[in-house]
Amino acid sequence: MAKNDVKVLGAWPSPYVMRPRIALNIKSVNYDFLEETFGSKSELLLQSNPVHKKVPVLIHGDKPICESMIIVEYIDEVWTSGPSILPSDPYDRAIQRFWAAYVDEKFFAAMKGLRSAQGEERKAFLDQVTEGLALLEEAFGKCSKGKAFFGGDRIGLLDIAFGSFLGWLKVTEKVNGVKLLDEAKTPGLVKWAERFCADAAVKSVMPETEKLLEVSKVLAAKMKGAPPPKN
Amino acid sequence: MAEEVLVFGAWGSPFSRRVEMALKLKGIEYKYIEEDITNKSPSLLKYNPVHKKIPVLVHNGKPVAESLVILEYIDETWKDSPILSKDPYERANARFWAKFIDEKCLSAIFKACLGEDKEHEKALEEASELLQFLENELKEKRYFGGETVGLLDIAANIIGYWLGVLEEASGAELLTREKFPKLCNWANEFVSVSAIKENLPPREKLIAYMRNRFGVGTTSK
Repeated sequence: MAKNDVKVLGAWPSPYVMRPRIALNIKSVNYDFLEETFGSKSELLLQSNPVHKKVPVLIHGDKPICESMIIVEYIDEVWTSGPSILPSDPYDRAIQRFWAAYVDEKFFAAMKGLRSAQGEERKAFLDQVTEGLALLEEAFGKCSKGKAFFGGDRIGLLDIAFGSFLGWLKVTEKVNGVKLLDEAKTPGLVKWAERFCADAAVKSVMPETEKLLEVSKVLAAKMKGAPPPKN
Repeated sequence: MAEEVLVFGAWGSPFSRRVEMALKLKGIEYKYIEEDITNKSPSLLKYNPVHKKIPVLVHNGKPVAESLVILEYIDETWKDSPILSKDPYERANARFWAKFIDEKCLSAIFKACLGEDKEHEKALEEASELLQFLENELKEKRYFGGETVGLLDIAANIIGYWLGVLEEASGAELLTREKFPKLCNWANEFVSVSAIKENLPPREKLIAYMRNRFGVGTTSK
């Protein structure tokens, strides 16, 4: 039985789980991917992440590390012989962290809202998502400084943070019949998205949109069929 | 080269106080600009157009926003008196709990102290569960950072000071000595550190502000 010092607990559709996997790929680190069963949480998960009981968890030796972006920074700090995920300049690092936090707090909330909203609400969330993408387009211009990625020549922290949502972004486009990444409005991001998805560190872990669409339908059905909350 | 460090903050905000605490711990001189959050200055809107919030640190004209991002920037820029360990696992741990405080504890504490009566018991229980995690994390350490104040201690300033003030303002009881002896000890140690003490908003003023803002302390419990 193969024994690996590095394990990732996760689920293939999750953008958060993609993040440490991309980071480990960048560093050429072998790891065991332990897939959680949809709808239930393994003993290992509950033990390794008692606070949030969520994936991803990185288990390095016997140490669990939780929260996807914290895991990415950990990976960058431990495996220093591989390409750097964060830039070396403190200000550039702060900008990457700022936008990564924005993606997780504001942008994701808007995307999530859009997926489940109805009628009037839907338009409001769509506006938020569009606004967010405009901000990220601008950020891309500033961070990339004409290069391929937010991180420059190579994928960095912010590429990972935002790029991991591209699969679900495509699903949202299909389900809502809208174009979110648009050659006219977000030309930089459109090209960046292609490059990101084609990158060797990303390709093997980015789920196919069709498969995500199926998951999306299952989740939507589950939400509709969910029993009313108890009072 | 002359260095210019500006901090845009609000006197009562634990978030902008975090930034000041870190700068003070490292002995960095800065100019503080008080913002009226009901009437934000053009400078603030210029430096933080995305969130339009305090705190913002401006270092030689370059703005950094989001208190935890700012703390890391401060630690990486001014290397004396580090607030994060060099060990990656300890760093990840400190970051994890800082995030936990901001994402989970804050709203739970508010609900527990200010929530409506019928939800009160439940909110108190939930907040207590969260605080228990931090109580356990402290173990036998003097500070979350070990022998010296670290990033997590600074992030936990809400628990170290603001929580006690909120309890007094609202009459709620959450951080009790019997349930959380370690956290209570830590809070005392924390507010005694001079770089921290100098950066706490005056207690009476904060109580009055909270009572006014949240409309508490006027009903009998």
